Formats: sequence, structure tokens, C-alpha cells
Amino acid sequence: MLAAEAPERHTVRREKPLSTGSEWTFELLDLYDREFARLADKFRLDTYPNQIEVISSEQMLDAYSSVGMPLMYNHWSYGKTFLNNQQNYQRGRMGLAYEIVINSNPCIAYLMEENTMPMQALVIAHACYGHNSFFKGNYLFRQWTDASAIIDYLLFAKHYIARCEEKHGVSVVEAILDACHALMNQGVNRYIRPAPVSAEQEQARSREREAYIQRNLNDLWRTIPVSEPPQSRQDERFPKDPEENLLYFIEKNAPLLETWQREIIRIVRKVAQYFYPQRQTQVMNEGWATFWHYHLMHEMYDEGLITEGFILEFLHSHSSVVFQPAFDDPRYSGINPYTLGFNIFRDIRRICEQPTEEDREWFPDLAGSDWLDAVHFAMQNFKDEGFILQYLSPRVMRDMRLFSIDDNDINPYLEVDAIHDEQGYRQLRENLAALYNLGNREPNIQVYNVDVRGDRSLTLRHYLHQRRPLDRDSTHELLKHLHRLWGFDVKLDSVDQDNIIHYTFSTESTSERKEQVQVTSKKRVNP
Amino acid sequence: MTSVPSPTLTVAVISLSPEKTSVSRFFTTGRGGHHGHVHPGNHEFHRGDRIQRPPGGGGQGSGDGQASDRGEGADEFVFQINRDEFLEYLFDDLELPNLLRKELKDSTDYQLKRAGFTTAGSPDRLNIVRSLRAAHARRIALSGKDRKVIRTLKRQLREMEVSPDPVDQQQATLLREEIKLLNKKLKRLPFIDDFDLRFNNMTRVPLPSSKAVMFCVMDVSGSMTQEIKDMAKRFFLLLYLFLERNYEAVEVVFIRHHSEARECDEHDFFYARETGGTIVSKALLLTHDIIQQRYPPGQWNIYIAQASDGDNWGEDSSTCTNIILDKLLPVCQYFAYVEITDRHHQNLWYEYATIAESYPDHFAMQHIHSYLDIYPTFRRLFEKKEGSHVGR
Repeated sequence: MLAAEAPERHTVRREKPLSTGSEWTFELLDLYDREFARLADKFRLDTYPNQIEVISSEQMLDAYSSVGMPLMYNHWSYGKTFLNNQQNYQRGRMGLAYEIVINSNPCIAYLMEENTMPMQALVIAHACYGHNSFFKGNYLFRQWTDASAIIDYLLFAKHYIARCEEKHGVSVVEAILDACHALMNQGVNRYIRPAPVSAEQEQARSREREAYIQRNLNDLWRTIPVSEPPQSRQDERFPKDPEENLLYFIEKNAPLLETWQREIIRIVRKVAQYFYPQRQTQVMNEGWATFWHYHLMHEMYDEGLITEGFILEFLHSHSSVVFQPAFDDPRYSGINPYTLGFNIFRDIRRICEQPTEEDREWFPDLAGSDWLDAVHFAMQNFKDEGFILQYLSPRVMRDMRLFSIDDNDINPYLEVDAIHDEQGYRQLRENLAALYNLGNREPNIQVYNVDVRGDRSLTLRHYLHQRRPLDRDSTHELLKHLHRLWGFDVKLDSVDQDNIIHYTFSTESTSERKEQVQVTSKKRVNP
Repeated sequence: MTSVPSPTLTVAVISLSPEKTSVSRFFTTGRGGHHGHVHPGNHEFHRGDRIQRPPGGGGQGSGDGQASDRGEGADEFVFQINRDEFLEYLFDDLELPNLLRKELKDSTDYQLKRAGFTTAGSPDRLNIVRSLRAAHARRIALSGKDRKVIRTLKRQLREMEVSPDPVDQQQATLLREEIKLLNKKLKRLPFIDDFDLRFNNMTRVPLPSSKAVMFCVMDVSGSMTQEIKDMAKRFFLLLYLFLERNYEAVEVVFIRHHSEARECDEHDFFYARETGGTIVSKALLLTHDIIQQRYPPGQWNIYIAQASDGDNWGEDSSTCTNIILDKLLPVCQYFAYVEITDRHHQNLWYEYATIAESYPDHFAMQHIHSYLDIYPTFRRLFEKKEGSHVGR
């Protein structure tokens, strides 16, 4: 526990705890929030202003279903998730998360009204100071999202989509949204920073776009013959460079879409982009928030602001949050990001304060330095992949008893290629970090070519990573979605590093052929 | 028909269109290729250990760190609805034909409805607020003149009182007397009078009948196998549920027939076996008799459902037509005939077909081959006929 790790403390014990019972009141929430704010200040947690809302479990389910966002536009899939969650919750199969927090300015956190005071305090510490400071501090969020605009933007999106439903019918809008949602993960820019969104600008821009297109839709001009440009080289592709953002490409280039359809694609794209940093920092974000709720609560306890019963209830919840079943446990479902993140952050502090010989060897810069500086630096400058690569210490690997398995379909067996021992640490760390690399996790699909002069068919390329093929059933379905947006045939080739096509999916016949690598008639395509 | 589902009902509805239940909502990698996994909780492995590949190929295990937390892939979609919701779904877009055509003049049920106020009535209908309001108005109306006089007198009195002249003082005393008198007169106005009383008025409004009776007529001759009866039972059950949704009370009469017809209970209807020839008209006649005796058409909505395998004694079919045309169709809301057979139609079908042509609103017939046809057939029988087809 913290008390053992932090020998020097200059806190004053107070006589009277803030509260004793388990019931919460709004005054108490306020009181706790102020105390947390004071402590957060002490630990240099820089946050957006907090907006704490207390909601019922029903509303929490509702928020759950719309990917945690209030004001999300309407779509059937949210209703479906809602029903599913509701069922599970009513049958006691699923406990609700204690909180939902939204990366916005002010940062909105939802507490559930059924929770006890200790739980509410935990959630305030976790969400309003942990997550909130992460949203404000981490470089990905700073560069990629604009916290002050998101609520406005979602409001704009909701209204826009509702208006489209009125104007064009629910089912058409639904079809577009279905298709866009399917391509959401392929709808983000990974390298180019998006311009921050703002609702008013966005509205103005959308009107402008519409007006511009209206102005240019002048049939007179269409009849004027255009002199044929000299026949361009057949092998010049459109787009010239492969485009990674499928939704962006479709929004800008699909030949048959109406303006409002493009606008909806744009909305989904923006929302996907907004969530992109969250998907890349799950371990860090949760780890950071868990680390701080743990610290803040102990700090409160040390100051005598909370009672022993209170801290015990807190510890119980905390330990179930960071519970990590072993791989052979029936409850096991992958590495718990809370646990991993929490362990790494806590270990950073340990390395700073009580370094061992091993730590001095592995983290010469860290050992003995100021722990608060160290954790803040780690929080601000990494995403999951880099964070694990930089900070996963041998001690955490040993404590969690991590091991790595190599699953290569060439071999008839699985091989344990690294475990938590001297030879395995580096390999293990690299393997784990690679798992959090979105580039590895999600198939890399890019727009490769459009047959501009022919049948306007769209060719996508899936760049095989370690020979991992696409899932066949879902790929067919998704190509249908793509076809709906593009309006013409869509083809998807899976190619390896040498540009040899291994699999082809197509909407023309939905047939699929697999060319064995060994077959001599390899198909060479110019890169 | 006692085996109606219990009030709450768990139903698994997996009815989303295929693209909405697609295996995954995103592009994902399938099996094969080169993967690495990291798991916690090692207690037995060493570097270089080889493990048998689990059956079903390698690729993604259950927890390889790539498992998404979005709950995708939930294509089997189950949720609970209660009985009413289920029936709503089951009978979505169906309607009972001729539901509202029951003529009011036939009805014998009445309901008292409020219809304004009257000046005469029994004391229990007295409307106090209205009565007092009327009294107040009367008092104001009758006293108007006097009050006007009082006001003028009072004004004069005030002038007199301030005047030092003794004549005026005398005058003032007189005025006071006069005002007193007038006030007394006002007091004598009755506070409430017979004339003021108002009573709630009620009128008798004839009620359309909300009771329905359903006649299940079934052939039980030797040619009807248990399987055919079972199909008939399902059809009757559907009809019962549907009627029950539209009427407050639904009674069911079972009539089984071979060469003789008789009324029986549910169990006998579906399970007792008898042999004999088939004369449908007897059953129809019995139906008619029961209607006459127990279910006067003025009070009951009458539905007749007949199930048969199509067998009938040759010359009887035209008799059936006559009975239906003359006796049954005029009194019943709807006559539905289902033929459960996979053979060719026999003359009963062709006889009925002529009725169906001339009375499409009140008579319907359908043909059922197998279990799968029951629900679609039912839907065809009761689908909304005219216009306004809303929904999916």
C-alpha cells in the first residue's frame, strides 16, 4: 500500500471525516470534489473544469449504448446495444461501469445515483481528475481533438441527421449510416492532423458547400463540348497516392452521392476521428485514472478526511477494477487495461523512489528522479504502444507473470517465445507493445485505384501484415456497404510486401479466389 | 383454447435483416497468418515450449489482446417482450374485417353518458356548483333596481351629513330610514330557489357489442389425421388470440362433425377420434341453431372458422352453400374456411369458391399444405384490405 512506499509525508491529520454514512448528497459531492481538487492541485493534475451529473442506471445504459456520448445522433444499433445491455444488467450478468466521462471542455462525468458515497468519491477521483487530466495532458488528445467543440459538434450532427431523416426518409439515412459505421475504423487520418471542428463553422461550411454545388449545377455548361484532353497514360492511377481514409475518399470522390449524403459521411468521419486517440490510449488512460483515484483516496485517508470503512469499501471496488484473472481462468478475457496501466504507472513511482539494481540498469534516467515529474512525462508524451515499450519493467512482467505465444500458421504448434525471465523481458515487452499498435491490430486497407475511364469501379488494397488475411464473411458484408456508398463495383485485393495478390474480394460476383503463394503464376502489379 | 400463453412471455426475436446482423461491423482479420499473443498468469511455461494448436485452427484465441470491447458480433439478438407486445408484433398490420359494421340499432347494451344540464331531475343528480351559480345570477338580476336606488340615496346622504343646515340633517335621517328599508327588501330575496336548481343530464347511448363468439367447426371423420387436426388447432389458436385482442370477451364454441355434428369441449374436439362419413351441412346447421339459441347477432360478433381436409359427401356441398348464404353470412362477421390437405381440391372447395367470389368481404378461404403455411395463411386472411398500408 501507499503508506509503505512513501516514507516522508507532511500531511496534517484532521479530526473530522467529511462523511460517515454511505448515503450521498449533492452537498457532499461538492465537498468531496473540492477536496479532490485541492489534492489534484498538489499533484499538478491540470484539468478542464468539471461538470458532474448524477443519472439513473437507465440513463447510464442509454449513455452506454450511444458510445458514451450524450447527444449522439440516432441510429438503430444504439437501440440494439441498449436492449442488450439492459437485459444483461437486469439479469445481473453485467455490472455497470461506475462512470462515464466525456472528453469535452468542461469535462462531463456521469455518476450513477444508486452508488454509495465511497463509490461516488472513487468515480470523482477517477473520472474528474484522472481521465480529465489525461484528456487535457496527453499529446494525442491535445493534437487530435478539440475538447471545447465536441458537444457543439455532436449537437450539430444530431440535428443535421434528424433533418435529413425528415427530408429524405429514415431508411435512406439509416442505410448511409450503416455503411459509414462499418467503415468507421477506416475513416480516420492516421498521419495528417485534422483541423479542429466547431459547430458553427461546420454549419456554415455545410451550407456553403451545398450552395456551391447548387451554383455549379448549371446544365447549360454541361452541353458545351469540352475538348478531349490528350489520352493520359493508362497506368496512371486515381488517386495518385493510395488514400488511407476510405470515408474521406468516398466523401470527396464518390460520383453519385447527394450533398447531404456526403455531409453524413463527413459527420461519421469526424466522430471516428474524435474517438481515434481514445482507441490508442486505452491502457494509459485507464491506468492513469486508476493510479490517481488510488492515490487521491489514500491521500484523503491519510488526512483523516475519510473513515476506515470508507477506504475499505473503496479498496474493494478498486481491487475488482484491477482484477486480472490468469490465462487459464474461466473469467479470463484478455489483459485488463486497467491492471496493466495501473501497474506500470505505480511501478514508475516505485522505480523513482525505491530503485533496485535491476531498475538502475533498465531505467537509468528514471531511477531516483522525481516521481511526479516522471509520471506526468509518461502520461503526456506517449500512446499505449510507446508507453509499454518505454515503461514496462521486468518487475511488472514478473508480477503479472506475462508470457508471449508465437502463433504462426506455418507451424502445426504454438510456441512460447518469451516468458518473464532474463532472456525474455525485451522480447515480451516488444510483443506486448505490438499488440497495442492499432496499425497491427486493424487491417491496413487503402484506396488504390478507381477505373476512371472505364466502369468507375473502385479498387482497394489490403496490405497483409504478417500474412493475416481478412475475415471472409464480414469482408463481404462490408464491401456491400462500400458498394452502397461508392455506387459502383468495389474490389478488394490483399497484397503482401511484394505486391503479390493473395486474396480478392469483389462485389461483382462476390467470388473469392485464393492464389497459393507457391503457384508459379504470381501476379505482379506495379506498386 | 385454454392453453393461452401466460401473461409474460419470453421470446427470442432474431429478425434483423442480414446486413444488420453481419458477423462483424468492421474489417477484421480472420484466421491464419502470423500472430503473437501475450497472456498473464504464467505458471508452467518456459521459453521454447510448444503447445498443441487448439482444434479449429490457430489465429485468434479467445483473449489475444485484440478482442474488441465493443460487443460486436452479437448477431443473435434476444430480448424480452411481454405478451401484448408479442401479439402486437404477431398481428402487426392485420385487421378484423367488418369490425365496426355492427349496427348500433341492434345493440341492447347501453351506457349512460353525460349530456349537459337540465332544470329538472332527481336530487341525486343535483349539480351544486351550477345551481349556486344560477342562484347568484338570479339574485343579482332581481336586486339590480333597488341597489341602484340605494347607491343614489347614499350619495345624497353623504352630502346631507356634512351640511350644518338642520333641515338637511332632518332630510338625512329620512334618507337613512329609506336605505334601511331598501336593504331589508334586498335581504328578503331568497338565497336559492327551485328555479335555480340544475341537474346533471344523462342520456343512454347504445354501445356497440364488444363480445365475440368464435365457432370452430372441424371435420373429425376418419380421413382427418392427428397431424391435420394439429394444424387446424394452431390455426384456431391464432384466430382466438387475434379475436381476443379486439374484443373484451371471446367465447369459443367447438363443433365437430362427421356424418353427425355435435358441440363438444376442447379436448374432445382435438383428440377424440370417430369414424364415419362426412356431411358438412349438419355442422353448419348446428352452428346456426346455436347462434339462434345462445348468441343473438345483435349482441355478439360472430366469427366462424371451419377446418377440413376437403372431404364432403357429394350432394351435400350445394346444401352447405345454401346454408351459408341464407343463414350464416347474414348474421356473422366473417366466415373463414381453411382446407388442410395436399391432395386436389374436391367439390366443397369449388362450391365455397363461388361464395368467396360473391362475398369477398365476409367469406374467405385458404389452403394449407403444411405447418409452415399456417401463419402466412392467417396473415393473408386478415391483412388490411383497403389502402393505408403503413409500416414495414
